[in-house]
Amino acid sequence: MNIQQNTVSENNFEQCIKCTICTVYCPVAAVNPDYPGPKQAGPDGERLRLKRPDFFDSALKYCMNCKRCEVACPSNVRIGDIIQSARIKYGPKRNTSLRNYVLANTDLVGSLATPFAPIVNTAVALKPVRFMMDKVMAIDHRRIFPKYAHGTFTSWYKKHAAEAQAAFPKQVSYFHGCYVNYNNPQLGKDLIRIMNAAGYGVRLLDKEKCCGVALISNGLYNQAKRQAETNLASIRTAVNENDLDVIATSSTCTFTIRDEYPHLLSLKNDDVRDRVELATRYLYRLIQSGKVSFKFKEAEPIRVAYHTPCHMEKMGWSYYSIELLRMIPGVEVIVLDSQCCGIAGTYGFKKENYRTSQDVGEPLFRQIEASGADLVATDCETCKWQIEMSTTKPCENPLTIFASRLA
Amino acid sequence: MKFDTVIIGGGLAGMACGIRIAEAGRSCAIVSQGQSAIHFSSGSFDLLGRMPDGREVTDPIAGITELEQTSQEHPYAVMGAERCLKYAQRVPELLRTSGISVLGDCRKNHYRVTPMGRSKATWLTIDGYLTEQEPGKLPFEKVCIVNVEGFLDFYPEFIAEEFRKYGVACCFETINFPDLEHIRKNPSEMRSANVARVFDHEKNLDALADKIRKVVPECDAVIVPAIIGINRNDSLGLLKSKIDIPLYLLPTLPPSIPGIKAQQTLQQCFRALGGEYFLGDTVRSADLENGRVKQVYTVNHGNIPFEADHFVLATGSFFSEGLVATPDRIVEPVFGADTVYASSRTEWYTLRFFDKQNYQAFGVKTDSALHVVKEGSSIDNLYCAGAGLVGFHPVQEGCGAGISLLSALYVADQILNSK
Repeated sequence: MNIQQNTVSENNFEQCIKCTICTVYCPVAAVNPDYPGPKQAGPDGERLRLKRPDFFDSALKYCMNCKRCEVACPSNVRIGDIIQSARIKYGPKRNTSLRNYVLANTDLVGSLATPFAPIVNTAVALKPVRFMMDKVMAIDHRRIFPKYAHGTFTSWYKKHAAEAQAAFPKQVSYFHGCYVNYNNPQLGKDLIRIMNAAGYGVRLLDKEKCCGVALISNGLYNQAKRQAETNLASIRTAVNENDLDVIATSSTCTFTIRDEYPHLLSLKNDDVRDRVELATRYLYRLIQSGKVSFKFKEAEPIRVAYHTPCHMEKMGWSYYSIELLRMIPGVEVIVLDSQCCGIAGTYGFKKENYRTSQDVGEPLFRQIEASGADLVATDCETCKWQIEMSTTKPCENPLTIFASRLA
Repeated sequence: MKFDTVIIGGGLAGMACGIRIAEAGRSCAIVSQGQSAIHFSSGSFDLLGRMPDGREVTDPIAGITELEQTSQEHPYAVMGAERCLKYAQRVPELLRTSGISVLGDCRKNHYRVTPMGRSKATWLTIDGYLTEQEPGKLPFEKVCIVNVEGFLDFYPEFIAEEFRKYGVACCFETINFPDLEHIRKNPSEMRSANVARVFDHEKNLDALADKIRKVVPECDAVIVPAIIGINRNDSLGLLKSKIDIPLYLLPTLPPSIPGIKAQQTLQQCFRALGGEYFLGDTVRSADLENGRVKQVYTVNHGNIPFEADHFVLATGSFFSEGLVATPDRIVEPVFGADTVYASSRTEWYTLRFFDKQNYQAFGVKTDSALHVVKEGSSIDNLYCAGAGLVGFHPVQEGCGAGISLLSALYVADQILNSK
């Protein structure tokens, strides 16, 4: 028996030297003392949990899974993964809360909501409805819900775009994610416009499910795994059979498919991982290789403040989105300090987290207000909701801004 | 991605080098595997506190001149005393323009006071921290040492024990109020950063000032742990304006607020100059062509390499994995550069923890221009700066910050003087 192989943790936790730098950069530990902080919740707690699983601390649920601890760690310890894996391994096996089920099942709720979008949007904006959701489901009444689109992106695509897209000689596959499908089909259309201008047709995957990030954070691991398997099968068909790259417009979907699938759901993806990337990175590469250039129209100068979402920070890719914005004539780009906006997907919707969520985001909101920007740009949809709810500025995906200024 | 210079490592050396290059208008990227050892800063920057044989140094430049004769492997000797003086004179200005206000003289050490109350020779100290011109020559006769109730990393009794040796009378105060009660719900993480956030609120500074004012009639100065001003720059000034006796900060155990602040200030300065700072990424391999580095590949950026005309290896020593010890070798993991170390492992360390450890002087082999050497030849567009260099004992000699800063400026100058 190779003892070392069986005792060395995959998440590198033996490398922790207790320097506490992670806790300095933990957005939750900074505002909520009920959370033990990443060092305690991660590598320190792991030592105890390995001894006896009942050392599991339910306060681990306060971790937002932002991974900023991992970005800060000088010793390469996957602190966030240790915490999330502990929740999966030692936490409650069944998630019985209706609230968590509703928040996590973005596909189901989206499919139910989009046909009746005008009614749903009006209803969830009403005070009595929000009050009821607060009391019955513990979804905080102060949280403003994202609007649903009237009709999904995929149904629009099949009806109005599929044929024209197939005619392009060069093709790319698109993982649109729930947000584009149910909330903001325009972002998907913007991507198609940009890719078409670059000479690429945009295809959808054979079968796409929600990437599963909300299922993981709400404890629905088996369902997350099933959906991940479906997505990986479709991605494999695109990459291996059709030799197509897969691009996405959401930083969190991209991160989940590339890193959370293998790290948290134990699903191998090395055969396709490098071919799944964020659309802004894909475009940056095309432009840098000299194969593609874009013509922009003359438009009003605007000042755009870029916000780096946590999972973007972890991937290290904000550079590409920022560079794309800088290429647009008339766009002045300010880069905001990279700090968490506080919403962390479904975390900030929960009544027990609302205060933490807004406290975490406070320094960012202040910086945005002081920036003099006309518009905030970010690659994450939930950051967008949080920023639009908590500041006076509108917030868009960089690709929407890019597309709007194409000639 | 294409830059004029890519610096691997975002600690003190990497950032000082990056700031010099960026302020000269060259495009520069820093790739850093996590946050750096600046987070353990004492609030001071050392140049040279002791000679390798243990003698105390009063004039660091004179000490460096001696090193040139006696320790030719020492990075200061490699750079030469004349250059060291030139760069040492530039450092205070570089720190000040970045936003870190320091006092000190490279021709005369002053003394900082450690978290245990001991005096240590140093070069530059950040404004607001307690310093002495001679060891034990404290600027007060009766001092009140204030601490926060439940704060884990500051020990007034130890400090007082040292101060009393020099005839200084000490009294103690602890402070507590609702916001501190709130963070004490998490006793294991009652550390400097969390405490400092509380004192970024003016009402809490007021409460602290009130407490201090009550002890004023009895004391001629007050000492507060370095928990003031993590996100605000004006907290210390505000606090001082509320009281009428001198107030001095003393560093705490890590994480260090002056360190966190210095890291953030340098990083912001580098970014404001147009530099790109890639945090949380690891360089994993490099392409060499005709004896030059063409590009490096990182974990995060995968198939998009960082191309540059010049590269700087500022990955530090063992803590930051700039050097890695295997059972029988010391390895530099990015370029596989030649390293200098004792061939027998038993010579690497002694069992007495606080003794001089030979492994601390191991490092990356360079030529006199600090070009990295690989397989016996210098790579002419790859330099090494900072803690990864060979031939010095940063703790015993009190020279870690000085070597990082001076080697960084030396490397930056060579890059700026080339095409």
